[in-house]
Amino acid sequence: MKDKPLIVEAISRSFGEVEVLRDFSLDINGGEFVAIVGPSGCGKTTLLNLLAGFDKPSAGRVVSRGRVRMVYQQDGLFPWRTVAENIQMGLRHFKDEAARERELKEMLALIGLEGFEDSYPHQLSGGMRQRVELARALAGDTETLLLDEPFSSLDYLKRLRLRRELVRLLTERPRTVVLVTHDIEEAAQLADRVVVLSERPARIRCELQLELERPRDPTHPEVVEAMHRILTVLGLEQDSSFDENLTLQSSAL
Amino acid sequence: MKEEKLSSKTRLLPIFVLILLVALWWMLSLLGIYPESAFPSPQAVVRGFGEEFKAGRLFDDLIASLYRVLTGFALAVALGVPLGLMLGHRARARAALLPTVNFFRNLSPLAWIPFAILWFGIGDKPAIFLIFMASFFPLVLATIAAVASIPAVFFRVAQNYGYRGAELLTKVTLPAIVPQVITALRITAGLAWVVVVAAEMIAGQDGLGFAIWDSRNGLRVDLLVVNMIVIGFIGVVIDRLLLQLTKIPSVRWGYER
Repeated sequence: MKDKPLIVEAISRSFGEVEVLRDFSLDINGGEFVAIVGPSGCGKTTLLNLLAGFDKPSAGRVVSRGRVRMVYQQDGLFPWRTVAENIQMGLRHFKDEAARERELKEMLALIGLEGFEDSYPHQLSGGMRQRVELARALAGDTETLLLDEPFSSLDYLKRLRLRRELVRLLTERPRTVVLVTHDIEEAAQLADRVVVLSERPARIRCELQLELERPRDPTHPEVVEAMHRILTVLGLEQDSSFDENLTLQSSAL
Repeated sequence: MKEEKLSSKTRLLPIFVLILLVALWWMLSLLGIYPESAFPSPQAVVRGFGEEFKAGRLFDDLIASLYRVLTGFALAVALGVPLGLMLGHRARARAALLPTVNFFRNLSPLAWIPFAILWFGIGDKPAIFLIFMASFFPLVLATIAAVASIPAVFFRVAQNYGYRGAELLTKVTLPAIVPQVITALRITAGLAWVVVVAAEMIAGQDGLGFAIWDSRNGLRVDLLVVNMIVIGFIGVVIDRLLLQLTKIPSVRWGYER
């Protein structure tokens, strides 16, 4: 059994009267890609902030191993720093100057933005900015990536492209990933495991395992099937008849 | 605030307006509604410029005024921006001091003129004091506002990438507020330039403001206009110089959203 980079042990978190999480537990395996979906306002972002250590649970605990980094929806880059300077933030812990330079070059090549190292974020398109954010978070020896709706500010086609890009980056730099999204297709297309949350206080309604190899097409039957299941769990699917020939493993809790 | 490309014809428009204004001035002086002693003609003012240049007084006055503005303004920046940063970060200190800062912000610096003279006499010091009073409080307030408007996500990112303490201040907070602080510098420098004229009119023995008062006392309205033109022109030059700060690549983002 691999040792786990992130363990959530029976955490609760309330903001005044509002109970967002109650006795919530979740284990993330090393190298696993977990997507967390759920109705808006169900506590996904609260959970992510707890995982990142920005917030402390009222009860229970979060145990994380190694470097945990968060990627934001948009504007997470420092606008006063160039592309290269932003990516270098992720390499601050590298003592060796040459190694830092090499890693920077490699990351720039990986996201296909060579020649843009001296550009500022406001000079780039939204998609390019998100690629730089990913590069900054991946740079160095990050153990876990937390993605907070990283593509939701992009249009649909760009989103599809960025998902492919993310899969490619993770092939080059395998990481443990926790993706919070309201985009069910994104979850089904990318994740090894999709965790569907309930309304507040968030409980795990259902977990889906997807064995399908990445990259996956958004229209692949297994992806479509997974979307169907998620939507059904969320009560947003009317026709549940083609549930029959399901080949997915799932465990409803 | 993206700068648009203007055609060369459009660029000439301001000069055209200027020529029109001078022509209007000329015609009014030709009509002779007011005597020459109350409404100098353009020719008289041009002659006045020549006279002032030969005497070298204009240049001396200009240097005297610039020195006062620069000193008072530099003091206000050196104390006001750090205080604004501190208050921007500490809610208790802000709650304690903000009403006082607001009070002085809304008190015309010219109201201090009598005390400036009582405390500092005549010369550089009272003018520097008044310029400081005019620019310090708005700078503090602008810096507080700039700190308050830093998106929370920047601090999360900073925490995530291990920026703490002094490094957090110099690598995150400061660069995040620089664009707004530059805008505040432009506004307060304009204020300081306005105040120096008033200060020198009453508490000076030289400087452009004193020259205005002196011309009036000497019934030389032509020289009065000479000094007015110089004051307005230098004010524009100061603002243009500060505008150059907004062209620094690492602050451009603040003006292009």
